[in-house]
Amino acid sequence: MQPGLYHILFISAALFFIGVYGFLTRRNLITMLMSIELILNSVNLNFIAFNKYLWPGKMDGLFFTVFIIAIAAAEAAVAIAIIINLYRSHNSIDVENAEELKY
Amino acid sequence: MPDATIIALIPLLPLAGFVLLGLFGRKYFKNSSGIIGTVLILISTILALYTAYTYFTTANVGFYPRLVPVNYTWLRFSENLSIDMGILQDSISMMMIVVVTFISLMVHIYSLGYMKGEERFSTFFSFLSLFTFSMLGLVISSNLFQIYIFWELVGVSSFLLIGYHYKKPSAVAACKKAFIVTRFADLGFLIGILILSFSSGTLDFNTLIATLTSPESGQLKTAAASTFLGASALTWGAALVFIGGAGKSAMFPLHIWLPDAMEGPTPVSALIHAATMVVAGVFLVARLFPVFSITTPGVLEIVGWVGAISAILAAIMACTQTDIKRVLAYSTMSQIGFMMFALGVSKYGGEGGLGYTASMFHLFTHAMFKALLFLAAGAVIHYVHSNEMKDMGGLRKYLPITHITFLIACLAIAGVPPFAGFFSKEEILLAASQNNTIIYWIALITSGLTAFYMFRLYFSIFWNKPAPSPLERAGSEVHHHEGGFAITLPLVLLGIGTAAAGFIPFGKFVSSDGRALESHLHLQFSIAPVALGLLGIFTAMWLYKKQNERPEKLAASLNGLYTSAYNKFYIDEIYLFIAKKIVFNLIGRPAAWFDKNIVDGLVNLTGNSTTAISEKIKKVQSGKVQQYAIYFLAGVIGLAILFIYIWK
Amino acid sequence: MNLLLLIIIPLVTAVAVLLLRNKQQVRWISFAGSVAQLVLAFTLFFAFRNERTPGNTAQMLFEQNYALFPSLHISFHFGVDGISVAMIMLTAFVVVAGVLVSWNIEKMTKEFYFLLILLGLGAYGFFISLDLFILFFFLEIAVIPKYLLIGIWGSGKKEYSANKLALMLMGGSALVLVGILGLYFSAGHSFDLLNLSKLAIPIEKQRIIFPLLFVGFGVFAALFPFHTWVPDGHSSAPTAGSMFLAGISMKLGGYGCLRVAAYLMPDAAKEYSTIIIVLASIAILYGAFATMMQKDLKYINAYSSISHCGFVLLGIGMLTKTAITGAVMQMVSHGLMTALFFAVIGMIYDRTHTRQVSEMGGLMKVIPFISTAFFIVGLCSLGLPGFSGFVAEVTVFIGSWEKTNIFYRIATIAACMSIVVTSVYILRAIGQTAMGPIRENFSQLKDATWNEKLAAVILIIGIVAIGVAPFWLNDLLRPGAEIIMNKLIGK
Repeated sequence: MQPGLYHILFISAALFFIGVYGFLTRRNLITMLMSIELILNSVNLNFIAFNKYLWPGKMDGLFFTVFIIAIAAAEAAVAIAIIINLYRSHNSIDVENAEELKY
Repeated sequence: MPDATIIALIPLLPLAGFVLLGLFGRKYFKNSSGIIGTVLILISTILALYTAYTYFTTANVGFYPRLVPVNYTWLRFSENLSIDMGILQDSISMMMIVVVTFISLMVHIYSLGYMKGEERFSTFFSFLSLFTFSMLGLVISSNLFQIYIFWELVGVSSFLLIGYHYKKPSAVAACKKAFIVTRFADLGFLIGILILSFSSGTLDFNTLIATLTSPESGQLKTAAASTFLGASALTWGAALVFIGGAGKSAMFPLHIWLPDAMEGPTPVSALIHAATMVVAGVFLVARLFPVFSITTPGVLEIVGWVGAISAILAAIMACTQTDIKRVLAYSTMSQIGFMMFALGVSKYGGEGGLGYTASMFHLFTHAMFKALLFLAAGAVIHYVHSNEMKDMGGLRKYLPITHITFLIACLAIAGVPPFAGFFSKEEILLAASQNNTIIYWIALITSGLTAFYMFRLYFSIFWNKPAPSPLERAGSEVHHHEGGFAITLPLVLLGIGTAAAGFIPFGKFVSSDGRALESHLHLQFSIAPVALGLLGIFTAMWLYKKQNERPEKLAASLNGLYTSAYNKFYIDEIYLFIAKKIVFNLIGRPAAWFDKNIVDGLVNLTGNSTTAISEKIKKVQSGKVQQYAIYFLAGVIGLAILFIYIWK
Repeated sequence: MNLLLLIIIPLVTAVAVLLLRNKQQVRWISFAGSVAQLVLAFTLFFAFRNERTPGNTAQMLFEQNYALFPSLHISFHFGVDGISVAMIMLTAFVVVAGVLVSWNIEKMTKEFYFLLILLGLGAYGFFISLDLFILFFFLEIAVIPKYLLIGIWGSGKKEYSANKLALMLMGGSALVLVGILGLYFSAGHSFDLLNLSKLAIPIEKQRIIFPLLFVGFGVFAALFPFHTWVPDGHSSAPTAGSMFLAGISMKLGGYGCLRVAAYLMPDAAKEYSTIIIVLASIAILYGAFATMMQKDLKYINAYSSISHCGFVLLGIGMLTKTAITGAVMQMVSHGLMTALFFAVIGMIYDRTHTRQVSEMGGLMKVIPFISTAFFIVGLCSLGLPGFSGFVAEVTVFIGSWEKTNIFYRIATIAACMSIVVTSVYILRAIGQTAMGPIRENFSQLKDATWNEKLAAVILIIGIVAIGVAPFWLNDLLRPGAEIIMNKLIGK
């Protein structure tokens, strides 16, 4: 069976909510970062799928995907830098321990 | 007619003196400031005499016009309404410049001796010059507002001079009281000016009087038609203006500042609080006399009654005071009362205008003898270093010139012929008897009382108990002479003036409508007042010539009256009650409280409630990233639902 | 005469001050800059007269217009009429005096002077702006430095006062901003004052916008009941801060009420005049009575400022030519007078280290110059002829009396009554500080230094110049007031 747009969208949605769920429940910053990657990738999937099924003659979706991959890479670099610094100062990468920015 | 510059110089020279001495006196003219001030006043006096002489001699026979040689627009409000600085020449302003400059000159000379060695010598003279300038400006004002401006300026110079001994708490209190009481009266004056100027559409005296007295003028009709609380606008205006005059002239019930003002140096009392400034109220009524007399006769009647009441009240109070300057102060008040009711019983023009002439005449003679009395009292005080009668007595041997001049002045004020006071008082009584019998009787009794308290003063100072011998006083390093030439010269000059001024045919020069008035001496008429005066003198002699028990017995027998008169009929206390209890406690304090607690409280409440609310809702900002994410997600989902299902 | 100079010179001075390192240099450069502003203000005055005398009757002179943001119709539009010239001169006087009395500030001198000059800059910009947006911009510049001036260099409960002042003034300017935007959208998308004045703004819109603008500016001008920042702000501010606050900032409000609110929306001004007059009369009397109860010199002057600024609003509310002239005169007069008053209070405080009236006495003996200045400013405040206060108050009174209605009459009489109350509290203050027996602990005080003397003399010259020869100020202001009046009566 040839997978249709709906299948891919279904997977993408599932991936998105898994990401959201992970982001909201995990306390570990690395895991949260991974969840964000999942969310981004679900978006990538959407772009590719829409591009392929709705406007096959265009490349915009693919470009956006490439952009998002690049941004995700940059973001991962920044985020990991932050996490490392957090680990140095707090000796933990548990997000619950970093709540000085309240009030 | 003299050149306008000459007239303008009369007030401007003292002004120059004030500026010069005020700015540089302390540094550069420490010792010469007295001379500088005196010379400037001397020039002013000569110019004033010359101006007055030319005015009175070159006028058409028997008629003195109102001239305005200088008029400079100072502040323009509209086409007709402007405050001008100008000079108005008429008979009363010409008379006043002579009086003011002459008395001021006397006081300047006297102060050269009296104030010698004072720390703020130059300041004193600069203030004196300021006062002289303001007073001259006042009397030659051509504009109703100009008179108000100078009115305030004389008030402030009086304030500065009363407070000259600024380290003395009583002097500070007195100068504040004087200023505030007269200021209160000036409020009436100001509103009165607003009413009169609005009714007549001008501030210029000539136009104003012309508009408000001619029955055809439209403004007069409109003003008379508009009423407030049952009186026409003009009546209100004139009455309010008179309140201003009453305040400055220490008329009942606004007189309370005058006795306290005696805290000032004695020359100041002589100049400001006896001869010149306090008669400004009389002058004001005289200046606007046509309006008072023709347009608002009701107000003129009030003027008469206020004058009469003040005259007798002050005379009674004067009988009981023991501070010699206060006695003189009350006597001033009483004599100004005479001038006021003389205006009050007068009519405009012709024979009926006798009261007006008499009032101005009395103003003129009173300036002479009252200044003399004060200056002589100053010499006494200088000698015994006390204001209290009980520290004096038997001084006639030590102060011969003072004694003689004081006696002349006492005779003058008591109305004994042929001294100045006799003539002017006679005219006043005559005018009163022609127009208002009750006021006439009040005046008659008052003139008896006047003779009594003046001679009580005279005998207590110069006779009574023997003076302490020079030996006893040797320890206190007191000078045993009358003070120098500077002190005696003014006394003698004023003494001559007092003796001679009565023979001036005053009615020829000053009258209500500018036309010469023939006044005759009615010999039969003067029997009663003179007899009463003599009776007063002899009573005083009987009581006070020798030290004895009679005064105390008399005081004891008149217990209630005596104490209440001694305590000035408790008027001060009433004022104090109103000021302290009502103004301060019932208005000021609540206002301050309201501001601090209610208005500011509301502002703070706004601030505090904002803080409280934010305190409550700040918990949302927990610092937990995942909570924020949940809010975010919920928000996104909520918005999505909103846009998809509700706002399609 | 290029009006931009009025902005450029303070700007250059401010930047130069920031670049300097030496405190003494900072002082002298600021002083030089402020003197340059004073000279400029006088030049402007004479240039203005030279233009007007031959009969140049254009409403605004020396106009300049540069488009700043054409799509939103915002432009740098400058120009002056007599009223602005008078206000500019006032600002220049106060700036010089303020710089001089701050000579002894040691803490963060550079920043202090920078902020002072910035405040002056804001005021100049405000007075020459003919574009409401730019006007608002300069209004804000004149507010924010005050927060820092009080918060850093203040005394007493300075944080509280700084917050209160900044918040209330910001609240006021927020109302102003809303009002200005309202004008923009209701009348042909224009911020230009002269343009707006030619357009007819519908009366329904005016009824909404006028209160916003009037109250907004009124907060600056101590409109009752939005005046409570005045006592606290003044009492905590450093001397120069108080001088600027009372001498300049409060005048921004009065000027705004007149130039923006009343001028652009005459119909609403007429409708609301009753309320304005009631509030102004309350402020005058109530401020005066509240002053009577104060014991701290700065509070005395702060409350008396409320009372005196009431005359400004009263004059504007009366809407007659003379009353409006009087209102502007009162702004100028009160600005000079109150600046001098605060300067003198600062000088006394520097020496006695107290501001409580009851703790002083006999200062005339030890510090005669300062005490004499205190006398002069006190007498000016109670409206003595020969000083500016009298001229201004009398003009307001006469202008108010032109209204024949009994309501206006009563308001005028109420305002007149304040002259008595004023004399009571002024004489109490003078009597207890300058006069009376001297206190032992104050017998060694030093009199004013050269800079303090110069500051006082400059302000006294201003006060006396208006008081003795008011006609020049009158001639300067009347045409401006006439234009506003003509719009009011619909000519």
